[in-house]
Amino acid sequence: MQEPLEISNLTTWLDTTLRGIMPSMWVILIECVLVGVALLAAYAVIALILIYAERKITAFFQARYGPNRVGKYGILQSVADMIKILLKEIVKINRVDRFLFFAAPFFMIVASMLTFGAIPFGKGLHAVDFNIGVLYVTAVSSLGIIGVLLAGWSSNNKYSMIGAMRSGAQFVSYELSAGFALMTIVVLAGTMQFSTMIEGQRYCWNLFNGHISSMIAFVLYLISGHAETNRGPFDIPEAESELTAGYHTEYSGLQFGFYYLAEYLNMFIIASIATTVFLGGYMPIQVHGWEGFNQVMTFIPTYVWFFGKTAVLIFLSLWVRWSFPRLRIDQLLNLEWKYLLPINLVNIVVMVIIVLSGLTLTDLFPSLF
Amino acid sequence: MSSISKYFSGLFTGIKSLLVGMSVTWKELWTKKVTQQYPENRDTLVISDRFRAELTMPHDENNEHACTACGICEMNCPNGTITVNFKMVETEDGKKKKVLDTYKWDLGMCTFCNLCVLTCPSDAIKFENTFENAVFTRDKLKQQLNHEGSKMREKKKVERPAAPVAKAPVVSEVKVETPAAEVKPAVVDTEVKAVVPEVEVKPTVVDAEVKVELPIEEAVKADKEIEAESKDETTEK
Ligand code: SF4
Ligand code: SF4
Repeated sequence: MQEPLEISNLTTWLDTTLRGIMPSMWVILIECVLVGVALLAAYAVIALILIYAERKITAFFQARYGPNRVGKYGILQSVADMIKILLKEIVKINRVDRFLFFAAPFFMIVASMLTFGAIPFGKGLHAVDFNIGVLYVTAVSSLGIIGVLLAGWSSNNKYSMIGAMRSGAQFVSYELSAGFALMTIVVLAGTMQFSTMIEGQRYCWNLFNGHISSMIAFVLYLISGHAETNRGPFDIPEAESELTAGYHTEYSGLQFGFYYLAEYLNMFIIASIATTVFLGGYMPIQVHGWEGFNQVMTFIPTYVWFFGKTAVLIFLSLWVRWSFPRLRIDQLLNLEWKYLLPINLVNIVVMVIIVLSGLTLTDLFPSLF
Repeated sequence: MSSISKYFSGLFTGIKSLLVGMSVTWKELWTKKVTQQYPENRDTLVISDRFRAELTMPHDENNEHACTACGICEMNCPNGTITVNFKMVETEDGKKKKVLDTYKWDLGMCTFCNLCVLTCPSDAIKFENTFENAVFTRDKLKQQLNHEGSKMREKKKVERPAAPVAKAPVVSEVKVETPAAEVKPAVVDTEVKAVVPEVEVKPTVVDAEVKVELPIEEAVKADKEIEAESKDETTEK
């Protein structure tokens, strides 16, 4: 099949030319550096785009225009903000635990960077394709909480402390639900490797394949994923009306920028994992038997599919964020431990039954899907 | 059993209310934006007529205003924002009269309370909604409201009775004809008239006081008599 717009064409060409002129060890070294740089650049660019998109969509939800002065439609607003935040002074705070205080933002960034590496952005745009991809992503993305806890603890400030503790309670609870929701789909897909999982969703997304159970798992994952990003109705760790800014109260300049970036990137990561696991990832929409249609769909590059699906989920997350009021800590934990977790446990059992008794859509209608 | 049904009904009503909330915000997403894009919409911008932005002294086509330089606005201003400078001139019939020289108003000190406009007996000043008042130095905020070479508007014969009737007591009708030819402002009239009824009222008040005292004195007298009688009785016993 011809896919002229794929970036993987570029990468394979780069690989073969490099291998032609130098020993393979050097090639691997150079490629590692290139991949790292590309990921970092993507990280920054995606964050800028997300910040702009969020501000615009937020404004639209509030019947405003949002940023519209810097550049056409305010497109350059987040670039200007980035430059500002890079130039800002990093204020030295008295009586903080200096080492931990400086280390904390890096935990945040490193955690989301590590997750970033395992996300399949498109065909061949996948830094590492682990055979335990889902497990890896779940494990690594939960490292971020260390950054939050350290920030709150080392700031030597009661607001930061309370914010960090709340964040800890929230994160630990919801990580459980998110993990279980992903496990439900792992049961369905029979693999933890992202590439295999996506390939398995060629004709039928996991969201539809496991019908009831998958849909429930999808909603549960979105809720708990949203809670993990400390945003929307789940933003008690940084509830500005009670805690100034929560755990990052004392941070300024670039260090604050790290938290800011990580917040947006976590939103993106949650959405992209949901895309990959539930919505077929970078796989274009394909229908059995409609060869012409499939041809047209594959002509659209895979990374466009991936970012499109992710954008829809991000929009959903923003929609939720601007619809619901903030939960109290007891309501928050109630929601997780009394509702999401029990439903999740039952849901996994249902999914196992569905898969074992051959009730998935691919089993029921093999000709269609 | 009831707690289980409560759990599920709570769950489903919760989901339903969340969906209702999201539908509300979805509709809100498509509503018309309320933002006023200010410098661009200057031509179509609507500012309420009652918005107080700048104090003005309306002048008519003959460069005449209605200010009598009475200084009431200056006295009523809580911030000392207004300075009324007047000069004394002599009219043809030899009377001395205040004439407005400069009327100074400091935008930077004004709280836009509107007291000056409300208390001006001649309706000589009013607030306009011209809100673009930003300037680069503070001195530019100090304005002179009366135009160069302006003078006070003569009262027209027809208009005159209308104004005082509203403020002064009923007696005013008698006096209307006499000062018609003169340049006398309406304010002076009302002050003069106001005195008359006051004089009439005072004596009645005094009367009432006297009357009130009388019965008290009588009562005291009566008390004393009763006391005296009872004393007599006790001493007899
Ligand atoms: S503006 Fe009105 S209150 Fe002030 S001095 Fe003139 S007439 Fe008197
Ligand atoms: S509006 Fe109030 S503060 Fe301003 S000049 Fe009039 S009386 Fe003074």
